[in-house]
Amino acid sequence: MSAGLSLRGLSKAYVPGKPVLRDITLDFAPEGVTAIIGPSGTGKSTLIRCINRLVEPSGGQVLLDGQDLVPLRGRELRLARRRIGMVFQEYNLVERLSVMENLLSGRLGYVPLWRAWLRKYPAEDIARAFELLDAVGLPDHATRRADALSGGQRQRVGIARALMQRPALLLADEPTSSLDPRTAVEVMELLTTLTQREQVPVIINIHNVELAKRYCGRIIGMHQGAVVFDGPPEALEASHLQLIYGGEGWQE
Amino acid sequence: MSTSLDREWQRFTPTQRIGRWLLWLAIVAACVWAVRSIEIIPEFLADAPQQMADLLLRMWPPDLGHYRIGVHDALIETLHIATLGTVLSFTMAVPLALLTARNVCPWAPVNALANLLLVASRSVNSLVWALLFVAVFGPGALAGVLAIAFRSVGFVGKLLAEAIEETPRGPMEAMAAVGAPWGHGMLKGMWPQVQPAFWGIALFRWDINVRESAVLGLVGAGGIGVALDDAINFFHWDRVATILLAILVVVVIAEIVVTQIRKRLI
Repeated sequence: MSAGLSLRGLSKAYVPGKPVLRDITLDFAPEGVTAIIGPSGTGKSTLIRCINRLVEPSGGQVLLDGQDLVPLRGRELRLARRRIGMVFQEYNLVERLSVMENLLSGRLGYVPLWRAWLRKYPAEDIARAFELLDAVGLPDHATRRADALSGGQRQRVGIARALMQRPALLLADEPTSSLDPRTAVEVMELLTTLTQREQVPVIINIHNVELAKRYCGRIIGMHQGAVVFDGPPEALEASHLQLIYGGEGWQE
Repeated sequence: MSTSLDREWQRFTPTQRIGRWLLWLAIVAACVWAVRSIEIIPEFLADAPQQMADLLLRMWPPDLGHYRIGVHDALIETLHIATLGTVLSFTMAVPLALLTARNVCPWAPVNALANLLLVASRSVNSLVWALLFVAVFGPGALAGVLAIAFRSVGFVGKLLAEAIEETPRGPMEAMAAVGAPWGHGMLKGMWPQVQPAFWGIALFRWDINVRESAVLGLVGAGGIGVALDDAINFFHWDRVATILLAILVVVVIAEIVVTQIRKRLI
């Protein structure tokens, strides 16, 4: 039993013979922020989605605290998923629900259906939601509808919803790509400090190499479905970026 | 200026133009054929204005006194038929819509089967449904309710299924990621997105059903149509006028109510 997440020979091919992920083997510490960088279409998103099985891996193992998630079905899969929070590029909030209800949706893996239906969520869930709203800087927004929020505010709600799960692992799929540069920095700041406080390890897909270097303790570079760099941000040099993104000249 | 010739632009190629001409020709031919086949009798067409004027004179003034005795209860029954029929149709249409929507039910054969049932429901007119149910349950409002319900299933189910399929995938994906069971996901991810469409469809169909249930009585399925049928059969044209006026008033009121509610919903 090893704590944290381990990938063993993980591979995925949407079309047989055209692998998007090739034999990925990685170990993640049970704390800290890991960035996955790489060009578009290199399988970053697929990799993250294979971890919580939003995408079905073609082969290999996804071990969370020693349990392989790949063979899980139905109820067992749901129980595993509720331990993994996820933040999406397009936020994936339910637009017509209030911020509070969106947060409480993070508890749907735990709450019986009748409670969700009658909106009789347990008191500690509601207290936790208010706590998280304060933490993400939206203390007065509980009753506002999600479609009335700006992009940055929506992503804050997305982060809070994921943390409502009290996850053992947080996945973030391009959480800042739809945001302007300043908001992107603010959201990254929030994401990293909050998860550090809650001691949740984070894996982030990110386009912005500067943000990755600034906020992440470990960087994984991918190219054509394989890991080509794995190390601390200080070790990431121009030659590595050339290996990851290909070409030259664009870095000047 | 030889270049201007080379760069001449035309909307259609010659083949396309011939094709379009043929299409128009076919449409005209079809219309001519249709008019010839319905065998209009010129004499009947000629005295139609007189007949019409005669009918209207017989209708005027409407026998408003007849409303309390012979129309009011039938009118209320008509509204009951429309409302119950609409509610009943939803109990059948919601499951069928879920089975038809490809993003809810991923099995193509099930989609096709559910869709077939919806199409079957739509393909039969409510008057025909009423004839069937009058034959089974005997004349009366029950047959009317079932006729309205079975005709509405196809309409409601189709529109609901489309509304469900048009919802963005994101929220449902988030529900899956959270570990929410299917019912939880539908309740908190799908339902809020479909809700405005759902109530919009319900009101719209109720509005249609008020009008449809007004004629069901012609085949004995209860409601104001029975009164209308009787009045026509006994040549009580002043009563017919009263009934037609009553239907008009109810339809207008329904229209106003529905528009007001819908404004508040969305």
